[in-house]
Amino acid sequence: MAQTPKQKPGRIDVTDFAFSYEAADGPVEAAKDVSIVVNPGEFVSIIGPSGCGKSTLLNAVAGFIKPTAGTVTVDGAAVERPGADRGMVFQQYSLFPWKTVRQNVEFGLKMKGVDAHNRQRNARTLLGLAGLLPFENYYPERLSGGMKQRVGIVRALATGPKVLLLDEPFGALDAQTRVIMQQILTNMWQRLKISVLFVTHDIDEAIFLSDRVYCMTARPGTVKAEIVIPLERPRHQSMMMSSEFLALRRGLVSLIREESLKAMGGELNDIALQGLGIEMHGESLADAL
Amino acid sequence: MDSAVLQVEDMPDRELQDHGLQDHRLRDHRRQDRSPKDAAVAAPVPAAPQAAAPPARVRVATRYRGHVIAFLLGAGSLLAFLVLWHLLTTYRVSFYVRFINVPSPEQVLERAVRALSSQRFYDHVLLSCRRIFIGFALATAIAVPLGLLMGRFRRLREIVFPLVEVFRPIPAIAWVPMAIMLWPSNEESIVFITFLGAFFPILLNTLHGMRMVDGVLVRAAQCLGATEAAIFREVYFPATLPHVFTGLAVGMGVAWVSLIAAEMISGQFGIGYFTWEAYSLVQYPDIALGMITIGILGLGSSALIRGIGHLAIPWGRS
Repeated sequence: MAQTPKQKPGRIDVTDFAFSYEAADGPVEAAKDVSIVVNPGEFVSIIGPSGCGKSTLLNAVAGFIKPTAGTVTVDGAAVERPGADRGMVFQQYSLFPWKTVRQNVEFGLKMKGVDAHNRQRNARTLLGLAGLLPFENYYPERLSGGMKQRVGIVRALATGPKVLLLDEPFGALDAQTRVIMQQILTNMWQRLKISVLFVTHDIDEAIFLSDRVYCMTARPGTVKAEIVIPLERPRHQSMMMSSEFLALRRGLVSLIREESLKAMGGELNDIALQGLGIEMHGESLADAL
Repeated sequence: MDSAVLQVEDMPDRELQDHGLQDHRLRDHRRQDRSPKDAAVAAPVPAAPQAAAPPARVRVATRYRGHVIAFLLGAGSLLAFLVLWHLLTTYRVSFYVRFINVPSPEQVLERAVRALSSQRFYDHVLLSCRRIFIGFALATAIAVPLGLLMGRFRRLREIVFPLVEVFRPIPAIAWVPMAIMLWPSNEESIVFITFLGAFFPILLNTLHGMRMVDGVLVRAAQCLGATEAAIFREVYFPATLPHVFTGLAVGMGVAWVSLIAAEMISGQFGIGYFTWEAYSLVQYPDIALGMITIGILGLGSSALIRGIGHLAIPWGRS
């Protein structure tokens, strides 16, 4: 794709973001005081326990919801509505079942008014890059979950967006497929040099993929910590066994566990935890690092 | 089709010894291995399960045997019905249900041969088909767009839906006297009743289809820069299409029911009128002939709808 490396677009600024909504049993504060930055070309993950508002934040960047307070901008322009400048990959495979793989990938270009010939050429190039060319005429139902999600990523990239937003894209995949998908995503990201905002609850995934990780607290979600991942690139699966990786992992695990426990609503004491077979190390992030 | 060929080419040849089997294998394969796995992108079909399976020749034979048995059973049950009909009418069986005046299959066949060589019979059939076609086409042309719009625009739905709920439970037959008053000629009132029969199933199924559209697909389209109109055309419409065809199939059935009722009461021609007239004129074999003709016409029109649906919805066939 024709990305312009010179002017470096794709900066996301979320400032003092808050979002609340009315539920049946009163107002719910999903997130508050969230400020994050994604620099052009950077791979940033948001991690946190379920219900911490990480998807809410992503939906705000995508333009599906308006912040209750604070601002969301992409390259300085406030996000008003969904648009092709922000590609999105959903956890549910959101391919159009009535379109073939190639037609799915062509969709964004069609919406842009690109003619059929160029649409096809671009789509085939990207599908080739993702190893999906042999399946261009398949309907999505015939693809495995991993392939569907690869098509989803390719489709989101086809319009040449400034940023790519992924909402737990590999959450529904089996462990082996997930690892392959992470590798594919990393490869495509490195070639395209696009900014990525990646939401996940998988700690290994966040560390393996990201330049930086924001760790969010339980509801109402706020940023609890920002962790720079200094692992060199290109990254390989073998790195997941390195002491550096494991140290990062340990730190994040303890951060997340604290929040997960809060999210479960428990003031669980140590004795109760031991009863559950969970150990408390009392290890802080600083210690782990 | 060509994509499936691609997969077959990736498969080991050892089971495709003679050329005659290749075609069967292709079909077999399409049925069984629908989801190539990620781990083997270049050769998407794992060879292992095939090695363990019995040779292709045996499997093909098994498959055909299944079809042959199904066919024989179907033909056998139809034949048994004819024999039973023959016996009940030949011996004029009467045990509460009376077969005394019921025509025998032979009599009906004889009448059918005579009817099929007379222009009058074809006129009845063609006129009924014409009424169905016009009534059903009008119902489709109005109910499908209306259902799509009602599904999309809440206010429209809130205005139209109560009317639908009030009129829908009224059977088409109950409309006959009113239709005769409303329309200048019998012909128009019969078409109107046929239209009503088809209209509600099509509308309600279309509306249901619109409600079932997956929100994530709409959001995906928005993220890809689709406008409201494009989302309607590219997402809502195709997503609803399978439900529309369900509605069309149901609507076609109800249209025939309504048509026959209307023809029996107010018609001067048509296959429903033919059947009722046969009763009035004591032409008992013609009653059965009319019934069988209606059955065949109904079957044929449903098959036509299914065929068109199959062409219009090439996805979701696994």
